[in-house]
Amino acid sequence: MKAAARGGEVVRLEGVSMVFGAAGSGRQVEALRDIDLAVGRGEFVSLIGPSGCGKSTLLRIVGDLVSPTGGTATVNDKPARQARLDRDYGMVFQAPVLFDWRTVQKNVELPLEITGAPAGQRAAKAQAMLELVELAEFGGHRPWQLSGGMQQRVAIARALALDPAILLMDEPFGALDEMTRERMNLELHRIWGQTGTTVIFVTHSIPEAVFLSTRVVVMSARPGRISTIVPIDLPRDRSVETREMERYFKLVTEVREALRAPDGESPGERVEDLARVQAEGLSA
Amino acid sequence: MTLAAPPARPASTLAASVRPVAGFLMVLLALVVGWELIKWFAGDPWRYPSFLGTGIAIEHTPPFHLNQASDINLPHVWDVIAAFAAVDAAGHSGFESLVGAALFTLRGALVGFALGAAFGMALAILLVHVRILERALVPLVVASQTIPIVALAPIIVVGLQAGWFGIAIVASYLTFFPVTIAAIRGLRSADPRAIELMRSYAADRRSILKNVRIPAAYPYLFTAFKVSATASIVGAIVGELPSGFREGLGGSILLGMQYYTLSPADLWATVIVAAGLGMVAFLAVVVAERLTLRNQRPVGTLGA
Amino acid sequence: MTADLLVERGWRQRTSAGAAQQARDIVPPVVAFVALIVLWEVLVRALNLKQFILPGPLAIAAAWQENLPVLVSAATYTLGEILAGLAIGVTAGIVVGAAAARFGAIRGSLLPFAIVANSVPIIAFAPIFNNWFGSDNQFSKAMIAAVLVFFPVMINTLRGLLNVDPAALELLRSYAAPERTVFRSLRVPNSLPFIFTALRVATTLATIGAIVSEYFAAPRGSLGQYIATQSAFLAFERSWAAIVFAAAIGIGLYLFVVALERVVSPWARVQTAGDQ
Repeated sequence: MKAAARGGEVVRLEGVSMVFGAAGSGRQVEALRDIDLAVGRGEFVSLIGPSGCGKSTLLRIVGDLVSPTGGTATVNDKPARQARLDRDYGMVFQAPVLFDWRTVQKNVELPLEITGAPAGQRAAKAQAMLELVELAEFGGHRPWQLSGGMQQRVAIARALALDPAILLMDEPFGALDEMTRERMNLELHRIWGQTGTTVIFVTHSIPEAVFLSTRVVVMSARPGRISTIVPIDLPRDRSVETREMERYFKLVTEVREALRAPDGESPGERVEDLARVQAEGLSA
Repeated sequence: MTLAAPPARPASTLAASVRPVAGFLMVLLALVVGWELIKWFAGDPWRYPSFLGTGIAIEHTPPFHLNQASDINLPHVWDVIAAFAAVDAAGHSGFESLVGAALFTLRGALVGFALGAAFGMALAILLVHVRILERALVPLVVASQTIPIVALAPIIVVGLQAGWFGIAIVASYLTFFPVTIAAIRGLRSADPRAIELMRSYAADRRSILKNVRIPAAYPYLFTAFKVSATASIVGAIVGELPSGFREGLGGSILLGMQYYTLSPADLWATVIVAAGLGMVAFLAVVVAERLTLRNQRPVGTLGA
Repeated sequence: MTADLLVERGWRQRTSAGAAQQARDIVPPVVAFVALIVLWEVLVRALNLKQFILPGPLAIAAAWQENLPVLVSAATYTLGEILAGLAIGVTAGIVVGAAAARFGAIRGSLLPFAIVANSVPIIAFAPIFNNWFGSDNQFSKAMIAAVLVFFPVMINTLRGLLNVDPAALELLRSYAAPERTVFRSLRVPNSLPFIFTALRVATTLATIGAIVSEYFAAPRGSLGQYIATQSAFLAFERSWAAIVFAAAIGIGLYLFVVALERVVSPWARVQTAGDQ
């Protein structure tokens, strides 16, 4: 696996803030304010919050797809930009973003092509990744022949192809139905257990966040802030039974309450925030 | 499909509209400069005791010689402009006669376009509502687009002997096919959920047509209109060629060909006016599109 | 004559059409076609239409058979112009489109110009091309076809290279892929369906361009001149036979492009009804 940071801290965000809109234009939006967060090696951290709280923006700051207007993002003991150039992380988006013109296996090989790995190595690695996500016999298929859930599994296989230190996931199961989603949660949990990759996971779903994570970071909107961090002390190995545990329900309730009233605001105010942010065309 | 309010117009709209025009003019300018540059390097010798009346003498022999750049084959830009300004025996300037010819051609093309578009939309509405007819006829209509219909134009115009109306027939034929196909696609593209909504109000078919299907068809229709506008003009010009008409642009082109050795600039002036007519027709459709669709989602610049 | 730029891509499974489905697709248009031909013939006889403009299908078939050698030789001559025009125009269109995609400076001025230039009746330039390249050879006509084909191909190449999924761009950025790689692995495959849409239009344009430019001035052994002369003699059934030949060329080229597309870019699902 790609060398993770010594000292066990893979990601460190200090005072990160993000303001959209040109200075002096009078139409600035503060998407993130003063975010401090440290993610340890092997952790599974979920970011959860209402629309407009900046969680997707925060994920992209970690991945150096967006540059923060303030603060620093350190990934693997390097600035985020260097981590991206060194290809230290893999990213999974809400849409699978597979290339129609490539077979499933060739899609998984894409990152390996970019790093210039020789053909034999690429094929072997892609096969191994497809086995990991249990799609080994679909290597020769085309993306459109697979269901949504299967396509996302291919996207995950691709994201893991370079053995990244971190996996960044932006609501990857958001487009799936509930039952498929629960199955995918189990899959992802298994894969995480097998690879030991550190994961930062953005989601809208409280049950999903609690089921998958070691810690749940609850964010609030306008401006985006971390309002609470809920440690998830469920057993390390989770399964279908986990969802029926009493501790699980308590944690879900804890997260829900943290979401409901961050910093003493009333729900009514928050609805207004959402509408305003959406009207300005900015989404988290 | 959201039923949201239209987005507020950003202040950059004016700039966004001006930029393509500026780009177009720049390429045009580059072409004109290139034109004269080619003549400078490979054309006929330049001998002007007083260049364009400015009193500056120019004497230049180009180093190379390209037959296509000779004064006969590629008259100087100012000679072409002079052809526009030259006044004939009847007192009309070249520009006036050419514009007159263009209007003659345009009349036929326009009437044909209107007829073809109306008939095309009517047929499309029929086909959309009668499935079996659609399955039978649409493949034929699509296949017919590969037939070089424009090649028929002279036959039709000569045979019908109906003057400029024959040209209109040609133009309507050329308009009809793309409009029918686009209209069918557009009418079918209406959001089924919106149709379901209308049905839940017990709206009748005509109401659904008017309120949901036809507005959904606009973008497709305008794409087809842009194609048809050009096609109608081409059909009109081509239709005039063997027709004996001298009033339209086709006739002017033939005249220009006949007297080419005497006055090459005349043919060029005619061709430029024909090009201009095509562009004007196209831009008219673009403007109509902008006006009709101004409250819908924005299309790309020129949206061709 | 502009390109239809809407290409549909499906994520759904591609089902192979069963025999019943294929019958439903093929039978109605064939029936309609036959019905139209019959109706045409009946009308011509019933109304005793003189040969003016529209002879009956049987008369046209007869003229076709009688004049087959002349027609074939004329069609071959013109086909040469069409193919040459396609080769030149498509190559130039793709090259310029790709260059414009790479170098944004050109793109801003070139695209609006190309879109408007596409509305110019290029045919009007036929006499000028005849003067430049000679009216008695195929090259001048091929150049008209090439110019007609150039603009839609260039526009669609450009659009296809630029209209990529922003998420895919983000993905490649997350892998710090150099622009060269983005171009090769994303933009080029993405542009293929767009280019094929333009190619389908190009076949028709090249055919029309070659034939119509022959109306202005061309050797006798060309399809356009044949049509013009036979029409002048009022032998319309012969002109129509030649038109049918031209249509066959057009359809043949079109089907070739469709087949080529299936081979080169099988992943693009294209709506056939509605192609311009």
